[in-house]
Amino acid sequence: MEEIIFERDEKGDILPTIQNFYKFCGQGRLMAVKCTKCNKLLAPPRMLCPSCYSSDLRWIQLSGRGQLRTYSMINIAPKRFASQVPYTVGIVKLQEGISLPGRIMLDKPGDAQIGMDVIVDFEPAQMDGWPQLPRYFFRSVNKTSG
Amino acid sequence: MTGKPLAAIVSAGLSRFGKLDGLSAREIFQQAGKEAFDRCPNLDPRKDIKALFVGHMMESTEHQGHTGPMVADWLGLNPIPASRTENACASSGVALRCGIQAVASGLADTVIVGGVEKQTHLPTSDTTEYLALSADNFFEQWHGFTFPALFALIARAHMHEYGTREEHLAMIAVKNHSNGSKNPKAHIQKEITVEQAMTSRIVASPLKLFDCSLISDGASCVILTRPELAKKFADNPVYVLGSGQASDTIGLYEREDLTSLKASILASREAYKMAGIEPKDVDVAEVHDCFTIAELVAYEDLGFCAKGDGGRLIESGETKLTGSIPVNTSGGLKSKGHPVGATGVAQAYEVYLQLTGQADHRQVKDPEIGLTHNVGGHGSTSVVHVYKTSK
Ligand SMILES: CC(C)(COP(=O)(O)OP(=O)(O)OC[C@H]1O[C@@H](n2cnc3c(N)ncnc32)[C@H](O)[C@@H]1OP(=O)(O)O)[C@@H](O)C(=O)NCCC(=O)NCCS
Ligand SMILES: [Zn+2]
Repeated sequence: MEEIIFERDEKGDILPTIQNFYKFCGQGRLMAVKCTKCNKLLAPPRMLCPSCYSSDLRWIQLSGRGQLRTYSMINIAPKRFASQVPYTVGIVKLQEGISLPGRIMLDKPGDAQIGMDVIVDFEPAQMDGWPQLPRYFFRSVNKTSG
Repeated sequence: MTGKPLAAIVSAGLSRFGKLDGLSAREIFQQAGKEAFDRCPNLDPRKDIKALFVGHMMESTEHQGHTGPMVADWLGLNPIPASRTENACASSGVALRCGIQAVASGLADTVIVGGVEKQTHLPTSDTTEYLALSADNFFEQWHGFTFPALFALIARAHMHEYGTREEHLAMIAVKNHSNGSKNPKAHIQKEITVEQAMTSRIVASPLKLFDCSLISDGASCVILTRPELAKKFADNPVYVLGSGQASDTIGLYEREDLTSLKASILASREAYKMAGIEPKDVDVAEVHDCFTIAELVAYEDLGFCAKGDGGRLIESGETKLTGSIPVNTSGGLKSKGHPVGATGVAQAYEVYLQLTGQADHRQVKDPEIGLTHNVGGHGSTSVVHVYKTSK
């Protein structure tokens, strides 16, 4: 596997950037940043806290578990996704209280439900274009194993 | 009403909306410009117009940017300052506001504002991709979200929270197609039934073909001047009493409440306050029905009904042409069409026609106060204007 190189600041800390967020996905980790001054949790990460304007933000790993807030099954897609229809997208409220959008992989297409438990998973970069990065997605939690 | 007018509309023009094969954006804009000039014989465009603002979203479709000077050039308006505004589907609502700011600040006495989009010459999958540019690239576009899907997420949440049904959305499509059938410039001029809408193919569940606005070409413009100068150009100018604009997160997912557009609530409250009116004073409104659910949510966000009651309002029939608050008399984005950059000012065009009694078969009886509501993306921009007749 290709080595993942993060962008870092002069102290060597991994910068709270979107590209680094996706590089963590390449390591199988869903990450957020936490503002050291006001404790705000942010995913996507930001380099400047929108609440207190501090730029001291530290990475923390998220549980990757949450519940589906809303969803839709797409039949007409942009060109680069057209071969994948139908596929489901949704917004997931994570246990930590913040929400992320993403693809929802279901056992049976069409069996999504608001409130259902989902867990994050990862896949390697697949699309053309800039930048080439891995992706996260969510799948339904199997009741017996979950 | 307390508000002192910010500006006056003394003329307006609109191209035909639809699939305008063989015409490029600048040529479509000329159609709108010509109507506005013809309608206002007292205006000498080259002498009187001091600035141009044009809304335009997607330069990639024609590989043509720099829309401001381009359309000014084609309208014979060089060398006035000409600028483009880009706020996705609210591009020309924002252009209108820029024009109002220019007039109200005294920087220019008389300006032309408009919008244009050319998109029907491309396959739908390309247009779908370009339209998605107004959503969060790294977290929405990258994961395959489309605009119909983003509004489908809002629809699903609204249904879950308030019991809104797919039939409610279909009723909005039926109403807007009925209005559009009376508009000779509309993209689709035919009535539809609830059943037709309900059984149309699914685009992004629960939204179906007839829940979606049309991919159209088109252009729009209005001519704004200082209120004191209005009568020089027109006997029955329309006055802009209030203007509000607000922004929200670039990603839908960061919002606490998925069932309303906060930017619309804030923009409308600002416009109402400036105009000194309340929602119940509005006699005719053009709202941003890029999807049927967007009109239903707008009823609530603009205060035409209580939160969660959008379904009941469409059911009551009060937003039809003959109701107490007719909405989207032009046919809306659903039936008149949605050339995204042109839409905001096209709404102002319809309200201008209504308030000056020129809306023919779709004329509402003696309206005095009009409203336009133009949304960019999934509500990252919202811009609302309030208008009044010269009576
Ligand atoms: C809904 C949508 C995907 C349909 O596109 P499509 O599947 O390529 O449809 P086509 O262009 O092939 O049209 C097929 C037929 O359906 C009709 N049609 C297309 N879109 C329609 C719509 N939204 N409502 C009603 N009829 C529609 C066409 O007129 C055509 O009719 P015809 O066969 O009688 O000529 C497309 O209109 C769309 O994406 N709309 C939303 C645009 C949007 O997102 N705008 C920005 C909002 S923020
Ligand atoms: Zn902070």
